[in-house]
Amino acid sequence: MASGHADFRALERANRRQTVLLVVVFLILFCALGFGFDYLVGTVRVVDGNFAGFPVLTVAALIIGSIQSLVSYFGGASLVLATAHARPLAADTTKHQMVLDVIHEMALAARMPVPRAYVIDDPAPNAFASGRDPSHSVICVTQGLIDEMDREEMQGVLGHEMAHIRDYDIRTMTMIAVLVGGVAMLADFVTRWAWFGGLGERRSRDRDSDNGDAGAIIAILVLVLAILAPIFSQLIAMAVSREREYLADASSVEFTRNPQALLRALEHIAQTESPLRKASRGIAHLFIVNPLAGAGDRGEGFLANLFSTHPPLGKRIERLRALMSA
Amino acid sequence: MWFLGIIVAIGAWLILSYNSLVRLRNEVEGSWRQIDVQLKRRHDLIPNLVEAVKGYMQFERDTLTQVVEARGKAISATTQSARLDAENQLTTGLGRLLAVFENYPQLKADQNVMNLQEQLTTTENQLSFARQAYNDVVLQLNTKIQSFPTNIIANQFGFHAAEYFKIATEDQALPKVDLALGTPTPRA
Repeated sequence: MASGHADFRALERANRRQTVLLVVVFLILFCALGFGFDYLVGTVRVVDGNFAGFPVLTVAALIIGSIQSLVSYFGGASLVLATAHARPLAADTTKHQMVLDVIHEMALAARMPVPRAYVIDDPAPNAFASGRDPSHSVICVTQGLIDEMDREEMQGVLGHEMAHIRDYDIRTMTMIAVLVGGVAMLADFVTRWAWFGGLGERRSRDRDSDNGDAGAIIAILVLVLAILAPIFSQLIAMAVSREREYLADASSVEFTRNPQALLRALEHIAQTESPLRKASRGIAHLFIVNPLAGAGDRGEGFLANLFSTHPPLGKRIERLRALMSA
Repeated sequence: MWFLGIIVAIGAWLILSYNSLVRLRNEVEGSWRQIDVQLKRRHDLIPNLVEAVKGYMQFERDTLTQVVEARGKAISATTQSARLDAENQLTTGLGRLLAVFENYPQLKADQNVMNLQEQLTTTENQLSFARQAYNDVVLQLNTKIQSFPTNIIANQFGFHAAEYFKIATEDQALPKVDLALGTPTPRA
């Protein structure tokens, strides 16, 4: 039986540590770019060894980015559901009743309120969760998932989705999106500013003050950062997304105490060919399996993995198998 | 000045620790009640189920009788251990019934029976998960009570370790994997 479930707690702890580490790195990156730019432009100065002035641009980038995410935060799941053309799941057949029942079962195991259930008319087996907190959340499945999965596999998949809700992954990824947007905005500001002569203006200001050479070095560093930061921030955001996927897998085992459930479901999904028709890039990261990739694209190329929202299916299956024999 | 800071910090820690102990203790109580909810659901479900399948499952007469009797005992039990015994017997009997559903293909044609089977499966699962949730939260409470530095205040404020829910040893032979509705789709 489910003999290896003791290790899922260790996995969960490790995944949470990783997420914290990644977010810290991201914040450092954001601040470096922001303060660097503010220093360059002159809103922040070094006076007698202390910092003076206010990092206007860093704060502006954060505020603008936050407004965007506040809209999606309070819009909650409705926007996502509308984008995916989802409709409420009715208990009109025994199979549909089974899905609703499994959601109840997982909510019990997770000690959470029961999310509302929705369905998308698509033959590709997949599922996603959305909502700002456990009391305002939804789980959406595809018709393909309902048709293909048996009860055990359904528990594994829905347990994974429940885990996303419990661990506030939707909120975490929204915050990450704010940071990514903020970095992109700052990088954009910096390059435009440099392009439109800001550098020259800076250099003459430096010559008049005592900063001189230090100013030039910082200017170059900030420019390089502006070029590289958007790519780095995407990489970090994707790394966080993948880490949360692994965490949701481990949490699914915590709920079902049965690694076999999710393992069989993922293996089953791995054999399906078609990508999801109604998934857009914006909500791709919410699904249990990358909906934009068909079976052939889910291979293990190094570069493809770095920019993917989901870990390779093979690795996920491997980790679940390890939980079974631990 | 920093002395004041230390007092404030200790005060904050006291409040936070106390509140988390209260929260955990309430979760333990809530989880225990949830088990009761599932047990009652099961009691309510059984008469309908037995009525519906009685005509089809000619070879399970003994199991059906056992289930009905165990249900009666569980409802009328006066002691906790008698109740637990009866509930365990119920779990065994119902598990056996669910396991042999496949042997009676005529059952699949009866929509009412199919619905009841789903209700029964989910009730057994929910009962199992309710017990699991209870044990999980007991683990959290007990760990907190025993860990330093919370253990200093735990006893003072009357927080005691809770007991895990244990099933009788004969029930541990029961398969915990849930029974699939129909056969799995053949792999390509």
